[in-house]
Amino acid sequence: MDSPVTLITGTSKGIGEHLAKHYVRSGHRVIGCSRSDVEWSLDGYDHYVVHVTDEKAVKAVFSEVRRKFGGLDHLVNNAGIASMNHSLLTPMSTVEDVLGTNVAGTFLFSREAAKLMKSRSFGRIVNLTTVAVPLKLEGEAIYVASKAAVLSLTHVMAREFAEFGITVNAVGPVPIATDLIRSVPEEKIDRLVERQAIPRLGRFEDVANVIDFYLKKESEFVTGQNLYLGGV
Amino acid sequence: MENDLVSLIVETLEELQEQEDTTILVALDAETSLFGRKGMLDSLGLVTLIVALEQKIEDKFGTPVALADEKALSQLKSPFRTIGSLAEYAVGLLQEANGDG
Repeated sequence: MDSPVTLITGTSKGIGEHLAKHYVRSGHRVIGCSRSDVEWSLDGYDHYVVHVTDEKAVKAVFSEVRRKFGGLDHLVNNAGIASMNHSLLTPMSTVEDVLGTNVAGTFLFSREAAKLMKSRSFGRIVNLTTVAVPLKLEGEAIYVASKAAVLSLTHVMAREFAEFGITVNAVGPVPIATDLIRSVPEEKIDRLVERQAIPRLGRFEDVANVIDFYLKKESEFVTGQNLYLGGV
Repeated sequence: MENDLVSLIVETLEELQEQEDTTILVALDAETSLFGRKGMLDSLGLVTLIVALEQKIEDKFGTPVALADEKALSQLKSPFRTIGSLAEYAVGLLQEANGDG
């Protein structure tokens, strides 16, 4: 059987880097992208430097994927930025950046991926949400709003793409020790973790495990779902 | 170039109909209505045509185009009316993309 082709956004570090390596190890052909080049390389992994909201550049990546691999099986919309700031102190440039990367980027990649997946009547799209949405986390208004929008995209696109054999699901991690939460005070993370049913920080493997499930061929009847880790 | 586009659209439509196991009852040419009153496509059919055609245009001319951009959706006379109007619209986009529009 041909190796499945998996595109992951935001692979330079954190969850994205872990997922890219995880799926290369699982025998996928992995294509990754990020705003900057990656400091690691692997056989079976191709990297593109692209901003996820740059429509022209993103379309060029998909053209290349189509030419090189003949199609796409999986998309993981992992690229995301956060802004830990009180609403009163959040500049509009941050608002635009966060909504651009998290919402518009997820939309653009999903749209282009579905075009490719449609022709083979098979596809899996996985979005990244966050427990900060149900926990209504103060100090992250724009980040939370952007991920609530990603959740809505997941629900609507699941319906729009269902007839093409494409499922769209989401996974909402709890805090994981990545750059995204590096600037958050420790006591704030502790308070957040205490609100989980299982009070510990998340691990990359926890996220990969849920995505593995969504990507399975047998998961063809699972779509429009979001799974929060840690029992939130 | 517009004739090339008409042929490409006809070819795409024929392939799509073949995939869906339906037979084309009419001869397809520039005058054939695509979408709207008397159009041969429903909204899903139009989506399918646009996606397939964008790929074919890129393969043939080496230029990626977005057929369903804001302009197309806001034009009073929709470019998706007939095969001919879509071909004309695509030629315009290609010329624009290549800087000679």
